Amino acid sequence: MNSPAAATLASSAPPDRAVTETVDLKALQAEIDLNAPIAELDRDLVGLTPVKQRIREIAAFLLVARARKEVGLTSDPPTLHMAFTGNPGTGKTTVALRMASILHRLGYVRKGHLVSVTRDDLVGQFIGHTAPKTKEVLKRAMGGVLFIDEAYYLHRPENEKDYGQEAIEILLQVMENQREDLVVILAGYRERIERFFVSNPGFRSRIAHHIDFPDYDAGELLAIAEVLTAQSEYRLSPAARDAMIDYIERRRQQSSFANARSIRNALDRARLRQAMRLCAASGVASREALQTIEAEDIRASRVFTT
Amino acid sequence: MRVTQGTFSFLPELSDSQIAAQVEYCLRQEWAVSVEFTDDIHPRNTYWEMWGMPMFDLRDAAGVMAEVRACREANPNTYVRVGAFDSTRGWETVRLSFLVQRPAQEPGFRLDRLEGEGRTIRYRLSAYGIDRPPGQRYDVSGGPAPDGQR
Repeated sequence: MNSPAAATLASSAPPDRAVTETVDLKALQAEIDLNAPIAELDRDLVGLTPVKQRIREIAAFLLVARARKEVGLTSDPPTLHMAFTGNPGTGKTTVALRMASILHRLGYVRKGHLVSVTRDDLVGQFIGHTAPKTKEVLKRAMGGVLFIDEAYYLHRPENEKDYGQEAIEILLQVMENQREDLVVILAGYRERIERFFVSNPGFRSRIAHHIDFPDYDAGELLAIAEVLTAQSEYRLSPAARDAMIDYIERRRQQSSFANARSIRNALDRARLRQAMRLCAASGVASREALQTIEAEDIRASRVFTT
Repeated sequence: MRVTQGTFSFLPELSDSQIAAQVEYCLRQEWAVSVEFTDDIHPRNTYWEMWGMPMFDLRDAAGVMAEVRACREANPNTYVRVGAFDSTRGWETVRLSFLVQRPAQEPGFRLDRLEGEGRTIRYRLSAYGIDRPPGQRYDVSGGPAPDGQR
């Protein structure tokens, strides 16, 4: 940081990526059109404020890393492996998918595809099966993002001979040596990921970004319900909207509640009931009727009877 | 004698980044890329050793390049080639194949003449390297080849 260009850059790159006076960064931003994917993320995903904030930071960091490269400062390839922790249905997979395309636009990964795997895809059935299997998955993920859902299942502490450890070792090696070829994202429940990291310290040190996905509050869940209905060209009648609010309130108390996923399932079932209702009522159904989910479609749910 | 088999064999050796660019092309065409090696370089030898399975569903050349490097490391002083198989109906064949490693010294081929009935001459081509056992055929550090041709 002793050349004048570097000083300008350093002082003009606030983390919120406000428009700066520096020509370099502005031009870069325009060139890679960073705002579009982030705006998309803001628009399409409800809530998740800390996650979005973190993605902005990463995007800004990559931008600065690129600018540093252009003015000839050393920049090690940044480590972008991430861990997404959070309860079921909080949008980990969805964000991982977006992440792949954001990193692609930033020029950090070359192809921008997402390979989503679980333990079964990495760990083999017999001796000598695991290494080729894991390597094949890694090869497929090169140039993109490898998303390992429920990563803690790779490690089975109760069984010393488990082949999961072999997969972990290969993963760690590639995560360290081929950082520019792929980004690994681990996902799972918070406590179990924590425990997994304790028993595999290599992972914790190789993962730079731990992103925690908070649960949605009632208002966000309602917003999600509305986005989902709009996406499939349905809409909630005002009474149905009230029913949905009640539904969310009751559903959240249940132990099997899985955030956005529960809402999506509830809407799927409401659509079935709506279809039944329309078929039962003889006569012609208007375009309006075909679109609208009524309160009774939602209130018929088991959640209201128990 | 420089062996000229496969595509690009009359060009100077491809660098790793040039190989990666060719592999990228193959992957864009949705061909399955494979790595093979041999120390029996007879032109009619189609049965090279496979270095692992052909790689399907790849999106990026990095995976192939890692295999190429691993194969070179495990089999120095052999011929290594990259092949790209097109599974499209009607093609179903290798569309591109090129050498990515050759031994430091290539002694070339010997032409044998066999005299048959009625002064017929039959010809046989064999690589000098083949006179040594597999694994030592192109090993320059070893002693002279049995026929003293090196």
